[in-house]
Amino acid sequence: MLQIKKLHKSYPIGNSSLHVLKGIDLSVEEGEMVAIMGSSGSGKSTLLNIIGMLDEADSGEYILDGLLIKNLTEKKAAVYRNKFLGFIFQSFNLINYKNALENVALPLYYQGLKRKERQELAMFHLGKVGLTNWAHHLPKELSGGQKQRVAIARALAANPKLLLADEPTGALDTTTSNEIMAFIQQLNDEGKTILMVTHEEDIANMCKRIVRLRDGVIIEDKKVNQVRVEQYV
Amino acid sequence: MFDLDLWREIFQSINKNRTRSLLSGFTVAFAILLFTILFGIANGLQNTFEQEFVDTASNSIFIMSGQTSMANEGLQAGRKIQFKNEDYDYIKEEFSDKVEFITSRVFKSVNASYKTEKNNYSLIAVHPDYQFVEKNIIKEGRYINQNDLENRTKNIVIGRLVEEDLFIKESAIGKYVNLNGIQFKVVGVFTDEGGDDEERIIYMPLATAQHLYGNNDYIDQMNLTYSPELNYEQALGFSNLLTRKLKSRFSVASDDQRGIRVFNMAEATQQVDQMTLGLTVIILVIGFGTLIAGIVGISNIMIFIVKERTKEIGIRKALGATPKSIISIILIESILITAIAGYVGLLIGVGVLELIGSSLEVYFITNPGVNNSLVFGATITLVFAGALAGYLPAQKASRIKPIVALRND
Repeated sequence: MLQIKKLHKSYPIGNSSLHVLKGIDLSVEEGEMVAIMGSSGSGKSTLLNIIGMLDEADSGEYILDGLLIKNLTEKKAAVYRNKFLGFIFQSFNLINYKNALENVALPLYYQGLKRKERQELAMFHLGKVGLTNWAHHLPKELSGGQKQRVAIARALAANPKLLLADEPTGALDTTTSNEIMAFIQQLNDEGKTILMVTHEEDIANMCKRIVRLRDGVIIEDKKVNQVRVEQYV
Repeated sequence: MFDLDLWREIFQSINKNRTRSLLSGFTVAFAILLFTILFGIANGLQNTFEQEFVDTASNSIFIMSGQTSMANEGLQAGRKIQFKNEDYDYIKEEFSDKVEFITSRVFKSVNASYKTEKNNYSLIAVHPDYQFVEKNIIKEGRYINQNDLENRTKNIVIGRLVEEDLFIKESAIGKYVNLNGIQFKVVGVFTDEGGDDEERIIYMPLATAQHLYGNNDYIDQMNLTYSPELNYEQALGFSNLLTRKLKSRFSVASDDQRGIRVFNMAEATQQVDQMTLGLTVIILVIGFGTLIAGIVGISNIMIFIVKERTKEIGIRKALGATPKSIISIILIESILITAIAGYVGLLIGVGVLELIGSSLEVYFITNPGVNNSLVFGATITLVFAGALAGYLPAQKASRIKPIVALRND
């Protein structure tokens, strides 16, 4: 599904540069649920961004679904992102003037689907996260948990191969966090590959594998016994 | 290609971000409104100018006489100079190659009456050439002709407003008007662009007037137009020569400013032309100034809009939007807003000019109006400027790595 070899990344800071990733080797199989852990500044978000094609590595190899991701044009990167990847962000990143349904339908718009299909599909995914009745509400009328569920529905709408989550529960309370994690586990059960950045130990333990980063290198990579979250929805 | 979905996206974005849309729309609308009104007023000023001077042929020369102010050749100061028919003949003869049209004038004031209507008018006795010197336009009938002169006919030509005053709704042609007790036949009605006063005049054959009112061959004034082929310098040279010749003919001192006066319209025309040029320059400066202010305004707003939308752009990119689709959504939106707003500004501007236009004549502004193609040009310039001003930051935004755009702020 995903192979990364000797990945390096540094950011320029004034005249010097900050070496964030110092040779990452990582391989993820289909159907895995991986938590990437580390303190802030360990490079976990940078890694996720590179995997998400939101950022580019300086050197190293990144193969996604058998495809070498390198020197992509903006257009190609956009197509790949749309086709392969679904994003879930800590701050939800919904478009505030679009209602839940329109937000979910947006990646489908970029896939070139017809309006009717888009709406049906978006409605279906909203139904999956239990928000059918909230379809026509604006993000500001939704609770944090609901917003994140809309974001999950949006990430799923394009039927991506890989779901990337950046601290998906970071802005939520424990109950809501559990609710969201239950969803993500359920998605994984259905066969979605999930990669998640978190710094919360208990959230990480709800995944099947934990990769720990410190100062830009992987210090630990182990399979764990998944802690199942009770279904709330 | 017409992409309905793209337009839906754009309309939603405009509709849901009303403040932003109104702000950019207002800037453009206001700029175009100002542009239209300023240009309209400037044009109105120019119209006034042109109207004031269109009345008389611009190649006219007026020859007037008065009392001498200096003693000359043994003659005392204070002598009255009186032109006669022979002077008219002299000029016509002497300068036949330079004179286009020439006419004498005798002024009188008459009480005119027709049936029960009565009024007082200026009467000018003229040669047939007067029509061309004064730019009278025959509305009906004919002008004074050579035959009228030779036979001293009692024919007159009256202004449009004289006809209106005396004949109310009838046609005056062929009717007889009583002028100070003598019946005259109306043979023509004329109009003049010089305004109402110029249309309240009665013209009579010169010979008739000279015979009836004094039985002499006196002339009050002579008007002529010189050949249009003369340029400004030549025209001035001609009037100077004419002045010298007339002064020596009447033994008037060469630097006597009162005995004989020759007024050349070319000088006035030159001044008017310079004034008009000055006005045109001012108009252009005002227009460009307004336009530049508008461009700066819309550019600022576009940059602000792109900045405001950076996060949205990041989200769209993360969801698979190509840079092209991002640029086009921002640009089409801004072009749409600026174009509509520009049109609204134009409509309001033209409406305001229409509404207050006629009340501005007191301030020497006649028919303030704008050339539509000019304002469309200005609107398109603004739209283009807005698009350009939006394009650069939009392109930059489309290149932003989504992660930068999405970073929590």
